Order: sequence, then C-alpha cells, then structure tokens
Amino acid sequence: MTTALLHTEDLTKVYQISAGIFKGKKSLTAANGISLDINLGEVVGLVGESGCGKSTIAKIIMGLEKATSGNVFFAGAPIENMDREEMSRRIQPIFQDPYSSLNPRKSIEAIVSLPYRVHKVGNKAQMEARVEEILEIVGLPSRMRYSYPNQLSGGQRQRVAIARALMMSPELVICDEPTSALDVSVQSQILNLLLDLRDKQGLTYMIITHNLCVVEHIATRVAVMYLGRIVEEAETKTLFANPRHPYTNALLASVLTPEPQLGLPETHLGIAYPNPIDPPSGCTFHPRCPKATKACKQTRPEAMVEADHLVACHHPE
Amino acid sequence: MNALLEVKGLHVDIPLEAGVLHAVRGVDIAVERGKTLALVGESGCGKSLSVLSVMNLLPQKAKWRVDRIFFDGLNLDHASASQMADIRGSKIAMIFQEPMTSLNPCYTIGNQLEEALLTHKNVSRQEAQDRAVFLLEKVGITAAASRLRQYPHQLSGGLRQRVMIAMGLMCDPPLIIADEPTTALDVTIQAQILALLASIQKEFDMGMILITHDLGVVARIADKVNIMYCGQVVESGEASDLFENPLHPYTQGLLRCIPIPGKTNPGAHLGSIPGMVPTPIGQQIGCVFQNRCQYVMNQCQSTRVGVTQISAGREYRCLLDPETCRKNMNKGKRK
Repeated sequence: MTTALLHTEDLTKVYQISAGIFKGKKSLTAANGISLDINLGEVVGLVGESGCGKSTIAKIIMGLEKATSGNVFFAGAPIENMDREEMSRRIQPIFQDPYSSLNPRKSIEAIVSLPYRVHKVGNKAQMEARVEEILEIVGLPSRMRYSYPNQLSGGQRQRVAIARALMMSPELVICDEPTSALDVSVQSQILNLLLDLRDKQGLTYMIITHNLCVVEHIATRVAVMYLGRIVEEAETKTLFANPRHPYTNALLASVLTPEPQLGLPETHLGIAYPNPIDPPSGCTFHPRCPKATKACKQTRPEAMVEADHLVACHHPE
Repeated sequence: MNALLEVKGLHVDIPLEAGVLHAVRGVDIAVERGKTLALVGESGCGKSLSVLSVMNLLPQKAKWRVDRIFFDGLNLDHASASQMADIRGSKIAMIFQEPMTSLNPCYTIGNQLEEALLTHKNVSRQEAQDRAVFLLEKVGITAAASRLRQYPHQLSGGLRQRVMIAMGLMCDPPLIIADEPTTALDVTIQAQILALLASIQKEFDMGMILITHDLGVVARIADKVNIMYCGQVVESGEASDLFENPLHPYTQGLLRCIPIPGKTNPGAHLGSIPGMVPTPIGQQIGCVFQNRCQYVMNQCQSTRVGVTQISAGREYRCLLDPETCRKNMNKGKRK
C-alpha cells in the first residue's frame, strides 16, 4: 500500500459556541470523524452546502485550527510534529476572494515574494528571478510586479494569489472556492491554469467548492459532505454516473446547466437545513431524505466501501 | 403586443474624476405580463444599473436619460418623486441578492412584511397581518403565524430569501425585479427558490426581470434573454433559441466557458474569452467587444456597430452576418 500524501484519521472538530448571554456554551460538531486520503497527483473535490464543515477540514489540515480529536498525517508523518515553517512550505492555500486575500498596500512583487522572505531563502537577485518566473507561470506580465492589487482585475488577483501559493513549490495546494468570486469567463481561465499547473508542477490539489460543474471538470475524486460527515466518496466519474447517496443525487439534480430544454429540477428535499447545534438523530440527512425510514431515524448508517465507492446510507442506490 | 415595461435607449453616465463612465449605453428592455426577462452579463456590465434607473434608485451622482420609458401605460420619465415612491414596492417590487443585508435586523419579519402594505394600501393592521401569513405559507414557510414575531437572524439564508419574496408580493405588484436572487444560496436551495419564483410568477401573472450572471439559471427559468456586455445589449432573443443558436461571439464564448457534467471533457481545457472588459470611461468607437473577439475585423474598430434584427425580438449586435456566426459556433463545437 502506498502512503497517501495526506491522510486524515477520524478527524473531529467541536466548537464551543455561546447559545445566549445567560445560557451555557453549546457544542457544535463541525467535522465528525473525517477520514480522507489524498494521494500524490490527485485532485480531491470536497463538496457540500455551507456549514457542512468543508472549510473546517481545510483549516485543520493547514494548521489554522486544532482538531478536537483525530490525526492528520502528511507524507506519512503526523502533522503535529511538523514545524509551522515546514508545513507552510509544503501545504499552501488559495482562498476564495482575491479582493480580501491580498494586502492592498503591498506591491505584487512584495506579495508574491513574501514566502521567500519568511523562509529566508536566497538573495535578492534569486528572489527577483523567482518572482519573474512564477509570474510567467501563472500568466501575468512581468511589468505587473510593480502594480498594486487595486489596479488588477479579479482574475489577475486570483493569479497573484496562485503565484504566491506556488512560490515555495508546495506539494499540496488547498483551494477554498477558488473561482466562486469570479465571472464565468474568468473562472474558465483560472480552471485551465490550475489544470496546467497540476501537469507542469506535479501539484496535488484539494478543492473545496459547492459548484459541482467545477468539481466534475477538475477533480479526480470527490467527497460529498453533509453536516460534518462524508456521506459519499468515489472517483469523479463513478460518482457522477452512479451516485448512491440520496443527498448526492439531490445535489446533482440541482446543478443548473445552460440547457433550456431541461427546465427546473425538483429535488424533493424539504426546505430546512438542520441546525448543526442540534443535529437530527440517526442519519442526519433523514428529515430531508425522500427515502427515509424508521431505521434512518434511529441508527446512524456506517460508511460502507464497495469497489472503492464509499457511501454512508441505509438505503443506497 | 403590449409590454408591461418598455424601455428604449437607456443611458446611464457617472461623472468621475478620470472622465465620464458610460455604464449603460443605449439599452432596450421589454417585459410582458407573465413572462420572465433575464439580464445576463459579467460584473460591471450595467445590468443592475439598468433596472435601478427604472426604479429611479440610482446613486445621486449618476445621470440617466432615456428615449422612452413606459410602465403599465404610464410614462415614468415624467413621473414625480411621489409618483415613483408610490410605484416602488406597490407596482414594481424588488428582490435583492443578499437576504442577510436587505432585511432590517432590528424589526420582526411581520413588521417588515406588513410595512409595504400599510404604506401603499389603505388596510388595517389585521388585514396586513393576514396577507403576510398567507404569503409566507405561499412561499413554503411552515408555522407562518409564529414566524411573524421572529427576527431575521433566527432564520436560515433560504428562509430569509423566501421572506424577501413574500415581501415583494405583499402589494401584488404586476412587475417583480429579482437581482441575483439565488447567488448567496446553496445549490439545493437555489433550485427550490427558482422553482418557487417561477410558480408564483405564473400564479399571479406577473412580469419578472431576473438579473444574474449564471447562464445555467437563465436557461432554466427565462423566457427572453438579454446578454449584456459593457453597457450594451449584445444579443437578445427567446431563451431556447439563444442557447441553441448563440450568434454574438461574446455569447458563444461565454457558453464555451462553462463546464457541463457529461458534455464537456473533464480535465480538458475549457474555452475562455481572452483579455479583459475595456474601461467604460470615455466614448468607445466601434464594437465594445473588439479587443476580446477572435473574429475581429478592421471595420469593427472604426464603425459604430448597430443592431441586426433576425426576427421579431431576436437581435444581435455584430458586423458578421448570422450565417457566419452560426458557422463559427459550430466550428467551436467540433473542437
């Protein structure tokens, strides 16, 4: 068995949140027993609705949050043993909104070269050469190094964010909604760039998004999350051709493609996304599930793996 | 054909230090009762400003002029401020993108729902309350009567957007304008809200203007589509025809940019539109799309590009003839 580049084991994160001024704290389980493998060269898509815990997992992997329990292994070694600098060299994020992730007071050169200064790599000339190189890789003209973020369009800013992430040649890049703040024509440019970079730089991605069209296009494997748990995980092709969990089915049905003859889909999901502080009993999806039975209300379905296709449901298709 | 709202030759200019920003350059809008018109385009193309000027809600600095603007037989160009105030909310309702920020956190849902009706119509509090409960149920909110006493923060995003829709319907307006009504929502909720909007529109026989950048949403819900670019409508027509036979190079480019599960090849390059939207400051000679168009010709830079009409309501703004445009699209398909 090959060791995965990133391996999480039963990752759980519980937040203590205030329920009101005079009430005690309540616990909110944002991630609940997440076990996920990301192999070298893979693009793993993590999809789910807002509040399902996908960003929490990214934060734990990047060391921005501490898991309540469970372990993360990077290249076979537990991530707690890695120091922050080493971690930031090997794992890099790309955030959703390039308008707030770039410092407006710094020039593009200063933004992109920051990793070199933090890690104290090379001299000034080497740094400048690297900036030049990386700007070319992400498709920005070299003259732009003296510009400031406000002079750039959204797509160009996202390219700067990608350049900064790639400065230290990381192994894993975590993209949190990399294109959802961008216009369609720019979105396709950034997706093309991410795909090119994967080939040329040998990158491994974890892509967090709610846009299933993007996931289908770019990811090799998809994990679907619902209320802090992975409910289905498979190769992208398998998952889109043969979804087994009713929630995945509903998600896929909700995808709106520009095909006017299709009309609006009926998802049969009731309206209420459950309160994560007080999750439903048994299978957390049962109040919205068209196939729910008594068993679903009482016991939580364990994840079953069949032919590399994980599903956690009492009545999979 | 009697349009509910008819706008011809709308211009919006915003004077800035660097020059005049021509945000909207001669846009025509026509909506009929019971039909949905979608204004589609990327950020900054002037789609929101176009409808804000219809409502007379533009920022003070912005100047607008129009050749002709009629709503329900009334000339809005000559309407006084008080007449406009009467129309807003009661005749034309608006649903905004962010249900988080467009509801007042300090007032209850009931209070905010009833306000529109109490302002515009001569009704009692009880009648307003009954109408609020009726509409909340209509938009699929359970236990509607108890919701009236709740505050916006007690509701989820999807529920808030339903409240916004109910609020828009309070005075039974003939026209509803939805500005990116589902952009802030999750995919499963988005489909539900759109289905709700469509069914309510049919039931109450309203006209609807839908502003969005999401071509998937447009294709599924709109009857007519105006594709906007840089302050102009570059292509318009029935949704089915427009998506089947896009003519303008910009529309064609947009459609190639979108990955479609099962249709586009995963991992392959998507189409893209090179370059950037030109600055809307100052006059532009020739076609607005010339610097990003792959079929650009010399004439595109020098001649004013007018509208070519193919059939009633099917128009596009390009110098190429429709036959060449169709061929271009097919070429792209085979690739």
